[in-house]
Amino acid sequence: MKKRITAAVLSALMLMGALTGCGTKTETPKSDTPQTETNGERANEISVGIANDLSESLNPLKTGYTAGTREVMFNVFEGLMKLKPDGNLIPAVAESYEVSDDGLTYTFKIREGVKFHNGDTVNAQDVAYSIEQCKTPDETGAMAEPALQMIEKIETPDDSTVVFTIDHADGEFLNYLTVAVVPDDYTEQDTKPVGTGPFKFQSRTAQEAVVIERFDDYWGEKAKLDKVTFKIIENGDSMVLSLQSGAIDYCNHLPTIQATQLKDEFNIVEGSMPLIQALYLNNNVAPFDNELVRQALSYATDRRQIIDIAFDGYGSVVGSSIYPTLGKWFDESLSELYPYDVEKAKELLTEAGYPDGFNMTITVPSNYPQHVDTAQVLADQYKAIGVNVEIQPVEWAAWVSEVYKGRNFQTTITGVDAHYPTARAMMERFMSEHGKNFINYNNEDFDRLMTEAIASGDDAQRTELYTEAQRNLAQHAANVYIQAPADLVAVRKGLEGVNFYPVSALDMASLYWAE
Amino acid sequence: MKYAAKKILMLLVTMVIVSFLAFAAFELISGSAADTMLGTEGTPEQIAALEEELGLNRPFLVRYFEWLGGFFTGNLGDSLRYRQPVAELLAPKIGVTLCLSILSFLLILVVSIPLGLISASHNGGVKDGIWSGIIQFFMAIPPFFTGVILTWVFSIILHFYNHGQFPGLNNDFWGSIAYLIYPAVAIAIPRIAMTMRMFRSRIQNEMNSGYVRTAISRGNDRNHVLSRHVLKNSLVPVVTFLAQTMAEIVAASVVVEQVFAIPGLGRLLVASIGDRDFPVVQALVVILAFWVVLVGTLADIINQRIDPRLRLGGGAK
Repeated sequence: MKKRITAAVLSALMLMGALTGCGTKTETPKSDTPQTETNGERANEISVGIANDLSESLNPLKTGYTAGTREVMFNVFEGLMKLKPDGNLIPAVAESYEVSDDGLTYTFKIREGVKFHNGDTVNAQDVAYSIEQCKTPDETGAMAEPALQMIEKIETPDDSTVVFTIDHADGEFLNYLTVAVVPDDYTEQDTKPVGTGPFKFQSRTAQEAVVIERFDDYWGEKAKLDKVTFKIIENGDSMVLSLQSGAIDYCNHLPTIQATQLKDEFNIVEGSMPLIQALYLNNNVAPFDNELVRQALSYATDRRQIIDIAFDGYGSVVGSSIYPTLGKWFDESLSELYPYDVEKAKELLTEAGYPDGFNMTITVPSNYPQHVDTAQVLADQYKAIGVNVEIQPVEWAAWVSEVYKGRNFQTTITGVDAHYPTARAMMERFMSEHGKNFINYNNEDFDRLMTEAIASGDDAQRTELYTEAQRNLAQHAANVYIQAPADLVAVRKGLEGVNFYPVSALDMASLYWAE
Repeated sequence: MKYAAKKILMLLVTMVIVSFLAFAAFELISGSAADTMLGTEGTPEQIAALEEELGLNRPFLVRYFEWLGGFFTGNLGDSLRYRQPVAELLAPKIGVTLCLSILSFLLILVVSIPLGLISASHNGGVKDGIWSGIIQFFMAIPPFFTGVILTWVFSIILHFYNHGQFPGLNNDFWGSIAYLIYPAVAIAIPRIAMTMRMFRSRIQNEMNSGYVRTAISRGNDRNHVLSRHVLKNSLVPVVTFLAQTMAEIVAASVVVEQVFAIPGLGRLLVASIGDRDFPVVQALVVILAFWVVLVGTLADIINQRIDPRLRLGGGAK
């Protein structure tokens, strides 16, 4: 009797073992999986998976608004001007604007009847208030944007007119007027944000979800979906499983290996992320204070291999701090400035006085698996030139305080982005005295080029100066530039209208279910 | 009564010590809540202002005793990250993790004890080896891996439940429990194997001991000896082990909650440590400490029922 029970239990266990065994192998034949929503009408809403909870405050003017938060809130807020996917600006809260002949005065006419989500009508005071906040960040806690300091005066001659006077002509000025317009007398922006965008904020549950709904009084083309739920799913495996189970319909920044598993039920759309992934070098610390060493590392880096191994072949190689979707500012030739050349790298190292290489540490924020993977590939590549890499993964909070703020590091891998799609926003940080110059780059030529570019009143000349500055970063190997990573988006089949922007944005207004 | 008072006192002391250690740990690791909240964009002035607003710039002990005072008066403070009372933030999540833990524990109990007994009957030989092999195999499976496999099989292929759509205990209690069974299995599998191994080796040891041999040689039925004497004697360390398991389940649920996208305490704990949101972490640490001590105490009481020799003080007559 007992033996029979034993046998039964044993076979049950074997079965379980076999089942678990099968589970790993069944990754390929899954096309027979039925669609989950086939019964009846599909609700006109979607769920989107996002990897991180949004910032503590949802106020768009506040500092600490993460890229992920900007992506979601892109649907809720807009400025006088609004960015289009191709990088061009169109008037949003503004109906039209005029620029004086000297390029110093911008007169905006506010679109009639633009409503905030709380029902109030937007007036000139709201616009002036929003931009004023950003001009005085230390008092208001707003995000510091040095470019806004070029505004000398904001005037509101009547309720529908705003006049900006700036201290020098700057064709990029309009880019900075994408700053969100918020009501000047509303105090709950942190938790119940109110803007003018095509979607209105509905609710937020810590660590679970953020819900937005279509704003029916939107001034422009209304959103097609009724409702979008952003679900927070930190775990990459869980994200893919949620797509497969039907819990979410849309997910961006997919790790590439996972993207290939989804092709039956999802369209995988490829865009480019508006950021530069690089091995950022602390230019103040030996041996990275030596330009030859920095160049040697640049030659010893096989960027294509990094993209192939850690990113499944998706991504665009870059050679400086401007990413390709910035259009006119991007200098493609720089991507080829340091071809993979171990011999050349060794020569440079010998010249620099490190014929046998050296030991170095890469500090990586551990919440970004793709940067950790990159560090591992780099560590392997640098063995060829005798450089021993120790990879030190740290938590995000520690990275911000030690590496970014404290500048207490040798090298780090991260992605640097910008809030505005301009060359200035990407490169200004590397000026020697800039508060965010975490790599301690100190180059007189670069400082001069940037200062001149920022002050220049001529668009063509300014573009030329920014291009020069971009070359300066590359030639002096300020960092080991790697790539602008691909942004792979999984979209459930039937859902159409995906847009990519040259800044962090997850545009929901253009999405619709095709029948 | 004296026993209860002693235990409660011990519980309080443990919680105070644990909370102090957790608080101190936050002092030692770099990065403050202000750093994570303002991210890479914060200017030094803004960080200083926010630290002042959050009260982070005051001395360590002042903040600790303020927190402790609040704790004893039932005020857990506000989350720095979410700006809402910690109690409000935790309330919906405690139930989820509690249900998950209890489910896992029941699974462990119901499966490992009978299986342990069955497997123990083969002392030496091929079958014994097979049992050891199976146990070793299942002990080595990490819950997150089982979690992914279970989701694959039961959600993606068989559609028994909808991964990523946890209904919530308040909306649909039984639906939530049905969802939680899968993560509970993922947590339980390696621990079932561990408990089995523990129980099995205890029984086999006992079966080889002098009194059992004597009992059997005097003509007692083997099964009778097993159930009357061996089982009882083998249970004490197993109960203690199960109590430890109960505490470990909570730790395992941290990972499993992420894999199954369940809004429980584990996920919140990980996120709050990353955010340096100390009021939330403190509250969670104290809850976990309370849990561990409580389960330990329960195990003691059960063991005293099983084995009267363990009864101290007023218990013995």
